[in-house]
Amino acid sequence: MNAHGLVHKYGDNVDTDVIIPARYLNTADHKELAAHCMEDIDKEFVNNVKQGDIMVGEANFGCGSSREHAPIAIKESGIACVIAATFARIFYRNAINIGLPILECPEAAKEIKAGDEVEVDFDTGKITDITSGKTFTAEPFPEFIKDIIDKGGLLNSIKAGK
Amino acid sequence: MGMTMSQKILAKHAGLDEVREGQLIRAKLDMVLANDITGPVAINEFNKAGFGGVFDKCRISLVMDHFAPNKDIKAAAQCKQCREFAGKYDIVNFYDAGDMGVEHALLPEKGLIAPGELCIGADSHTCTYGALGAFSTGVGSTDMAAGMATGEAWFKVPAAIRFNLHGKLKPYVTGKDVILHIIGMIGVDGALYKSMEFGGEGLASLTVEDRLCMANMAIEAGAKNGIFEVDRQTIDYVKERTDRDFEVFKADGDALYSQVIDIDLDLIQQTVSFPHLPENARTEKDWGEVKIDQAVIGSCTNGRISDMRQAASVLKGKKVAKGVRCIVIPATQKIYLQCIREGLAEIFINAGCVFSTPTCGPCLGGHMGILAAGERAVSTTNRNFVGRMGHVDSEVYLASPYVAAASAIAGKIAGYKG
Repeated sequence: MNAHGLVHKYGDNVDTDVIIPARYLNTADHKELAAHCMEDIDKEFVNNVKQGDIMVGEANFGCGSSREHAPIAIKESGIACVIAATFARIFYRNAINIGLPILECPEAAKEIKAGDEVEVDFDTGKITDITSGKTFTAEPFPEFIKDIIDKGGLLNSIKAGK
Repeated sequence: MGMTMSQKILAKHAGLDEVREGQLIRAKLDMVLANDITGPVAINEFNKAGFGGVFDKCRISLVMDHFAPNKDIKAAAQCKQCREFAGKYDIVNFYDAGDMGVEHALLPEKGLIAPGELCIGADSHTCTYGALGAFSTGVGSTDMAAGMATGEAWFKVPAAIRFNLHGKLKPYVTGKDVILHIIGMIGVDGALYKSMEFGGEGLASLTVEDRLCMANMAIEAGAKNGIFEVDRQTIDYVKERTDRDFEVFKADGDALYSQVIDIDLDLIQQTVSFPHLPENARTEKDWGEVKIDQAVIGSCTNGRISDMRQAASVLKGKKVAKGVRCIVIPATQKIYLQCIREGLAEIFINAGCVFSTPTCGPCLGGHMGILAAGERAVSTTNRNFVGRMGHVDSEVYLASPYVAAASAIAGKIAGYKG
C-alpha cells in the first residue's frame, strides 16, 4: 500500500481543538466534520486538500482531547497519511483504530516542506520526498498493531478474532 | 527489575505475573466511560460492528455533560442517541440532565472508581481517577465501542516518571498550582506515552481533591495516566462512597523509572499558564498587567466542593469587577446542593457571578460562556489552546480557584494572599 500526494505542513503541538474545534462536535457526521478540518490554524486547508494528500506535523501531533472526530476529520478530508516526529498517544490509538495510516519519523517531519510531493510505502516505512529527492525511513509498526491495521481497524480485528 | 504502580495494575488485569515497558497486552476493564460527544461515535461504531450486547451493564458509564443541558438541536440529538442506547442495553450508570455532573467529578463522587481498578474513558481527562490509585486513561470512541462489547482493551505498558513530593503547600497554593508548575517544568509532551506516578511524604498534605485536580491534568503533559500512591485519605474517601472490595497496589522498591523528579511543595507559588499551551506556566512576578473579560470557575479540574469553597472565600462580600463576567459552575448536583446549603451560592450571586447547573460548557467552547474575538478569560479549566473557549483570537489563562476569583474582582490577573 502506498500514498502519493502533496504535503500540508504544520508545526509542533497541533492539538485536536485546532484539528476539529469543539464547536463542531455536535455532530458525528464524517463529512460535516471534514468541512471544518484544521479551520482554526489553516482556513484554506479544506479548499486546498486533494484526495491522497499527506499531512506532516512535528512533535506531539494530535495532543489534547480524545475526540476521535480529529482523525476522522483528517481521513474524511482526503488525507492518506499523517507523518509526525511524535504523536500524542490517544490520537495515535484513534488513528490506528479507525484505519488512518500514521508514521513517526522525526527526520521526515523536520525536512519535508509544505507543498512537497511525497510518496510513502507503508510496507517498508520508506518516505520519499520527490521534490527534494530525500528519503527517510519511519519506524515500522509492531506486529500487534500491524494486525489491527491489516484487518481494517480495531472492531474488524475483534470480529475476526472471534 | 520491579514494576511501577501502573505496571502492577496492568499486569493484574492482564492475568500476568509481570509486565515490562513497551509490552503490548490485552487487559480486563473495570469501567468504560463516554460522554455526549464521544458516546455517539462509539455507539455508531458499536452498531456498525454488529455487537450483540454489552459486556456488563454495571461497568459502563454514559454521562451527558459536555453540550448538556442540550445546547442546540444537534446536541439534543446526540444526547437522545445515548439515552436510547442506555435504555436498550439497560446501562445502569447513565447520567442525564437532573442527575448528571461533569464526568470526572461525578464518577469518583458516586464511588464508581476504587484503587487498583482499570478504567478507560472516551475523554482525555479520564486520567483523573489515578488520584484514587486506579489505572485510568483516555481513549477514543472506537476503543470505547470495543470496551463496551468485550470488557477489554489493548495497552502498551508505559514507562513512568516518578514525582517524589516533599514538604507542604503554603496557604492559598493548591494542587492546581503544583500541576501547572510541573507541566511548565516538563512541557506538554514531557511525559508522552508515560505514567506520572506521584508519592512521597509530601502527599499527606495534598487533599484527595488536590490529587484529583493534579491527575486530571496529567494528559496536559502528554501522559498516558497520572497515578497517586494510596494512603489513609484515599481509603477514607473511597470507603465513604462504595462498599465493594478493592486492592491497593504499591510500586516495587526497585521499580525502574525513566526519570525521578523531586518536588518541594513549600516552594510552589500561585501559577498561571498563559496562552496557548498549558506549559506556559508563570508565577506572579511574570504575570504583568493582563486585563480579563471573563473568569470561569468549575470543570473536571476545579469544580469540586473545595474549589467552590476557595472561590467563595475570596468573593465573599466583594463584587466582580465591572465589565467582567464571572461564571461559577459546580461540577455535580451534589456539589451544587452543597453550595446552596453552605451559603456559597448566595456569596457567588451577591458578588455578581453567574451560578450554573453542572456542565462542561465553556471549558471546550461549547456553551455557557463563549469568548468573542480579542477577549481574555482566566479559567480553572485545563486547556488554553487556540480557540478553546471560543473565537480563534480569544485567550485563556489557566489558574486555581483562588487566582480566578481574585482576578474576577480585580478585573485583571491577580494573586490571592488572604
